[in-house]
Amino acid sequence: MAQDGDTNRTAAETALFEWFAAEAGTRAEEGSIGAQRQEAFDRFSGQGLPHRRVEAYKYTDLRATLRTLPPVAEAPASAELETALAAVPPLGGEELVPSRIVIANGRFVPEASDLAALDGAVSVRGFAELLLAADPVLGRIGTLASEVDDPMLALNTALFEDGVVITVADGATVNRPLEILHVATGSDPVTTMPRHAVFVGEGASVRILERYEGAGEAAHVTNAAIELAVAPRASVVWAKLQADGTSATHIGTTTVAIGTAARLNHLTINLGAKLSRSQIFARVDGEETDIAFDTATFITGKQHADQTLVVDHKVPNGVSRERFRSVVDDQAKAIVQGRINVWQYAQKTDARMMSNALLLSEGAEAVNKPELEIFADDVQCAHGATAGQIDEDALFYLRSRGVPKRLAERLLIESFLVEAVEGLGDDTLVPALSERLRSALRGE
Amino acid sequence: MSMLQIKNLHVNVDDREILKGIDLEVDAGKVHAIMGPNGSGKSTLSHVLAGRDGYEVTEGSIEFKGVDLLELEPEERAATGVFLAFQYPIEVPGVANMTFLKTALNSQRKARGEPDLSTPEFMKRVKAAADKLAISQEMLRRPVNVGFSGGEKKRNEILQMAVLDPTLAILDETDSGLDIDALKIVAEGVNALRSPERAFIVITHYQRLLEHIVPDVVHVLAGGRIVKSGGKELALELEARGYADFVAAA
Repeated sequence: MAQDGDTNRTAAETALFEWFAAEAGTRAEEGSIGAQRQEAFDRFSGQGLPHRRVEAYKYTDLRATLRTLPPVAEAPASAELETALAAVPPLGGEELVPSRIVIANGRFVPEASDLAALDGAVSVRGFAELLLAADPVLGRIGTLASEVDDPMLALNTALFEDGVVITVADGATVNRPLEILHVATGSDPVTTMPRHAVFVGEGASVRILERYEGAGEAAHVTNAAIELAVAPRASVVWAKLQADGTSATHIGTTTVAIGTAARLNHLTINLGAKLSRSQIFARVDGEETDIAFDTATFITGKQHADQTLVVDHKVPNGVSRERFRSVVDDQAKAIVQGRINVWQYAQKTDARMMSNALLLSEGAEAVNKPELEIFADDVQCAHGATAGQIDEDALFYLRSRGVPKRLAERLLIESFLVEAVEGLGDDTLVPALSERLRSALRGE
Repeated sequence: MSMLQIKNLHVNVDDREILKGIDLEVDAGKVHAIMGPNGSGKSTLSHVLAGRDGYEVTEGSIEFKGVDLLELEPEERAATGVFLAFQYPIEVPGVANMTFLKTALNSQRKARGEPDLSTPEFMKRVKAAADKLAISQEMLRRPVNVGFSGGEKKRNEILQMAVLDPTLAILDETDSGLDIDALKIVAEGVNALRSPERAFIVITHYQRLLEHIVPDVVHVLAGGRIVKSGGKELALELEARGYADFVAAA
């Protein structure tokens, strides 16, 4: 560490260097993963926490907002874990009974998880178990993430404690959704960096709910990363619900590769955290794909929510739709950065991106930064952005039918966000998540 | 006393006077037609009655069932019994037609101090009205007016009217954009709601709607004033002669 005599390092960055140094012994036993960690940390340490002069982080300056970092989370004590899980609000009715994977303090807790009903076609294993067995699946970890140059993703690779690797066998249809539930225990703030990898086999079909729940005021910091490989003809419905505590910082990075004729419907719901950034890097590898990314963000107070999406169309005949919906109240700020790259050979790509923000107060702010980069000459690409207030005509229409103003406003806000949720196109998850959104709008 | 009394109503929109002294009395059980050329102030009158923002009443009064209507918010007017069928019904994505109806009805009932209608009672009421208007279950489940054809939107307005059961129904150019079959369905829906307790103001440019919804009184609105009133035969006269004479007179 002596060579890193960077006097400009913040307390948070110093803590990260110390964390990495402390893990040296563990890394030595991790084989290829350990090597990736070193490479990734070198990449991260070259620039440190991203700040506003880094183009991709212009609107979300993590160096400035994360001056210090809470300590690394310890493994959860069982009593505290019980308390934390009891505080997780129910989601959906009897229709939604997922197989639950509990990630507490960044670690997979099999004994708190509910995997009894898991189909034989699905395997869920923690990194600890895989490393112990030197499982060959470890060779696939990092294959997607390493192609994306992002400092927070690199940091996760360097420091992730644990997480799960989920594989779905070729041709399997998994009926029960899989829920990856993240919580932090105790009332003291902690830093966690969970990492998951999901490999969906050819022609398989699965629904996944990635969930972050935080009840208290603790200023937890999460830097999560997920690799998702969707094999040819597979179909994936993925919903991310970010409902971290109101003082938390949430960074989540998803890297996705989509194979031939595969389908992916991805939804992000941002409700929690003081500062959040959900980023997705999607690579369309196969032809005839059909993918959709939707986002529903509702933030109030001084919340800051950044949704960053990069879709790479690398081959012809891909269809993608990106829709961002943000409702911003008080002094909150919503950032949407959407980028579609259409590579030279990706003819007949059809990509459409739309960002709409509803500003509920004078101090609310929405930043839209759409980017299209097209190197093919026979494509259909479009992007659009709007930011405005509640539609006066619609409001009057509802009121003229007897609906009081405040209720009418709420109905319109709800409908604006629920439209994005409906993009997921799943009869079980959509009602459950819509209801969750409604209760958030009611201030519950 | 008449159910609705409009006296010397002057209304400005963006500092321009659109209504220049309207006097109109409507009794319960009657159907009044207001006809007039484009720009005569017909829609302004309907919007002022429903309480839309952006209309400045500079003079005059509107009394409805003895209450000063101009003092009420749009939702309060609805609860008091005013209903406006829009010329251009608004699409409300994400809110199911059924949810919207139920929210509206129960909001009005709450404002009147009545208990919520139970779900079975509500469903019964909606189904009865929907059947008459050839509105499918699927349309009821869909978001309000989203993806509806012009005719479906107008039928949906009449459905709302039937379910909300107002005492004064204002139909703003309900015939616009309707083919003859849709017009008949809408007119039958309206006629079924005619009763001694309910009054209608039917605003239209053309006489053809009035063949199906036969008015008791016809008024000609031109240049922001009612320039002539008469029986249903006045509509035929207008159809034959056009509005030119009235516009000139205004």
